[in-house]
Amino acid sequence: MNNLLHLSQSVLAQNEAIPQLPTPEIAWSAFIPLLILAVGGLLLLTFTSLMPAFAKSSWALTGYTVAVAIGTIVACIPLWNRVQRVCEAGEVCQAGAFSTAAGAWGVDGFSIFLTILMAASVALAALVMHDYLETEGLTGPEPYVLLMLSASGGVIMASANDLIVVFIGLEILSIAVYVLAGMHLLRLASQEAAVKYLVLGAFASAFFLYGISMVYGATGSTSLIDIQGFLATNVLTSNGTLLAGIAMLLIGFGFKIAAVPFHAWTPDVYQGAPSPVVAYMASGVKVAGFAGLMRVFLLAFTDYAADDWRPVMLVLAIATMAVGAVLAIVQTDVKRTLAYSSISHAGFIMVGVHAASDVGVSAALFYLAAYTFIVAGSFGVITLVGRKGDNLHALSDYHGLSRRRPMLAVVFTIFLLAQAGVPLTSGFFAKFYVIRAAVEGESYVLAIAAMITAVIGAFLYLRIIVAMFMSDPLDDHGEIDANLSDEEAAAARIELRDKVTAAEGPPIRIPTLAAVSIGLALLVTVAVGFLPGLVSGFANDALPQLVAAGS
Amino acid sequence: MEITANWYLILSAVLFSIGVVGLLIRRNPLVMFMCVELMLNAVNLSFVTFSNALNDVGGQVAVFFVLVVAAAEVVVGLAVIVAIMRRRPTATADDLSVLAG
Amino acid sequence: MVDIIVFVVSAAIILTGAIGVIAARNPVHSALMLVMTLFGVAVQFVAQEAHFLAAVQVIVYAGAIVILFLFVIMLLGVDKAEELDVGRLTAQRPMAFLAGAGVLASVLVSLLAGDESITGAREVGRAIIGGEDEADFRQIGRLLFTDYVLAFELTAILLTIAVVGAVMLARRVRGEAVDADTYLPEQARRRRIRETPVLLRTPVVETSDDMAEANSGGGE
Repeated sequence: MNNLLHLSQSVLAQNEAIPQLPTPEIAWSAFIPLLILAVGGLLLLTFTSLMPAFAKSSWALTGYTVAVAIGTIVACIPLWNRVQRVCEAGEVCQAGAFSTAAGAWGVDGFSIFLTILMAASVALAALVMHDYLETEGLTGPEPYVLLMLSASGGVIMASANDLIVVFIGLEILSIAVYVLAGMHLLRLASQEAAVKYLVLGAFASAFFLYGISMVYGATGSTSLIDIQGFLATNVLTSNGTLLAGIAMLLIGFGFKIAAVPFHAWTPDVYQGAPSPVVAYMASGVKVAGFAGLMRVFLLAFTDYAADDWRPVMLVLAIATMAVGAVLAIVQTDVKRTLAYSSISHAGFIMVGVHAASDVGVSAALFYLAAYTFIVAGSFGVITLVGRKGDNLHALSDYHGLSRRRPMLAVVFTIFLLAQAGVPLTSGFFAKFYVIRAAVEGESYVLAIAAMITAVIGAFLYLRIIVAMFMSDPLDDHGEIDANLSDEEAAAARIELRDKVTAAEGPPIRIPTLAAVSIGLALLVTVAVGFLPGLVSGFANDALPQLVAAGS
Repeated sequence: MEITANWYLILSAVLFSIGVVGLLIRRNPLVMFMCVELMLNAVNLSFVTFSNALNDVGGQVAVFFVLVVAAAEVVVGLAVIVAIMRRRPTATADDLSVLAG
Repeated sequence: MVDIIVFVVSAAIILTGAIGVIAARNPVHSALMLVMTLFGVAVQFVAQEAHFLAAVQVIVYAGAIVILFLFVIMLLGVDKAEELDVGRLTAQRPMAFLAGAGVLASVLVSLLAGDESITGAREVGRAIIGGEDEADFRQIGRLLFTDYVLAFELTAILLTIAVVGAVMLARRVRGEAVDADTYLPEQARRRRIRETPVLLRTPVVETSDDMAEANSGGGE
């Protein structure tokens, strides 16, 4: 008994000896967009388990998700104003970029811009997903929950000032998307896509982690602020570890943004995964991948190591643009074609990143913004044409689309022209700005390569457009013989119609919410095409900055 | 002779490469995931080595996050495999002949 | 002397286990070999003063993750687990070895190019201090709630996703398959199988009879 008393006393004494842990200061205002998105997802999970009626109403689920996305965007506005504000002389105010949570979370124009893009891609994908889940009989709130949580991973990558936080964000983003890719349990292709994506994604994550480890060994920290500070003040006696680490990080990001030669998973996964999920993968996941890439490379490794990674980025950019565009031309499946074209787009964005200048960054950001809407709209149309079962994606399934659904064909044409970079669409200015950044950075090889691939790329989009407008299943099944009698001709006509109907498959429905999503994407694509200043002004202000905590 | 940090780093590089080779040559997704675990363990070993050499606990903390992520990845990966196997018929001799190729 | 023996023995255990994982035909053997590697890594952790991590390594990796693997293998049945196949990721085996050798060579060259591969700043603020006063788990805990507090909190989202995802994927669903091969008319089906990349092919996709069986099996 006595012993016990002694023991408890000594424990007490020890407790008193432990000083209060000086936890870092956390500016909660910096986390509001992330909290809305992530907690929004978690709350949906809670709601639906407490109120099953809520889970059954797909309208409520979609509405909730879109509301959360819009809430995230709205919450970004005051943050943006704060970051862009400049204090007048003598005035005491909160202004400019800042970081919080022991410097691990940075808020600057860059992170807010990309947060808005992630939220927009969630809203667009959720609207398309609504009808898809309904027709495929996939009920339940989980896809929406995963969509929001995945996007919060992208937001984390865009704001992280620490390699470990970037990695956690990357995994939050990826693991949710693996599940989304395999969510169609009645479709083997969907799950095979998930396995393939998961294995290669985990492979890439391991490389990424090895890169973090080596950078840590070479600089003594995982914080971007400390890494930059260390590299700015020290001359390394041997920089092999650092360079190997940077290379590994590049491999890890290369997989996420689907840069050649790490692109092999893209066509297979895009083809197998549910089309609305692909809309999110092509827009949101790519935005997040570039967010992490630009944040890490442009903030931590610009001063010291830029000369080492920029030549590699140059080669990767050219290879990505060229391989994507060329392989896209030989595809017969529209989903695969656009998968390769998304690889090519990644190459164009890398042109902006390669410039490693303010002009380059804002060009890349403009490209990401334009591309998010274009590709979300494109895959929205593909979802509708895929119809129930999500299988009708061959080029021949687009034959005569202009006759069956003229509006859809016209809208898809505009998206494809925007992807090709035709003037009066946002895609034109996107390509124009990155090429201008390359020219200003005196990377003429890159600029010329970008222009040539843009021309090659135009062919593949024209192929789909021609399929929609020029070829018609009616032609494939022959003409009605003019010599037949009226009765015979009528019979032949009915027969022909039956044949064509059989070849066309079920009619294409255009559900309201999907139409809203596609319409929004179209609106942005065309509006930015006429008035690029709508976005480029923001992109110019959205430069990444590193600010140490507490300053 | 003394064991320096480089010994551990070389061992970690070898382990990582074995994981890479295994993931690329095996066709069984279960074994592929195990190969990912090998790669992650190589990373953990290098983190601890750097941590020890730099006299900084940060590297050991990083290993924690790797553990969490590895667990999450494996859980989802195995769930997908279970979902696929639900859809497959029981093994037959024909299946095996297809697999032999 | 002792530390050399410890290093060599544990390195041998690690490498034997690693090669065993990739060479064993039976996934159960692979999993057991993985335990061996994990144990060897834990020994090396101890050798480098990371006592707490060594314990966690054994408990979490060997005790949870490998058990999870074995659970799934047993759930599927060993013969079924053995025949699982998603195709090889590279077209040829030499390519894979080439890739592995490339990774190894590049890492080794970069590590050994200079005299000193670890160039980072020695920490002062969060140094590992030996002795009983400052156990390593206490330091790790302190760091988790200060410098790495954000990453620590964010793992909550990650674990939630893993749970939601696993529940969603492992759910039993009723209904007819809507795979390309059963849904489409015969001609389109053939075309599609031709187009399906080899990597995505599994024995099931080869014939529609198998598919029908799979459906009846899946609807139980």
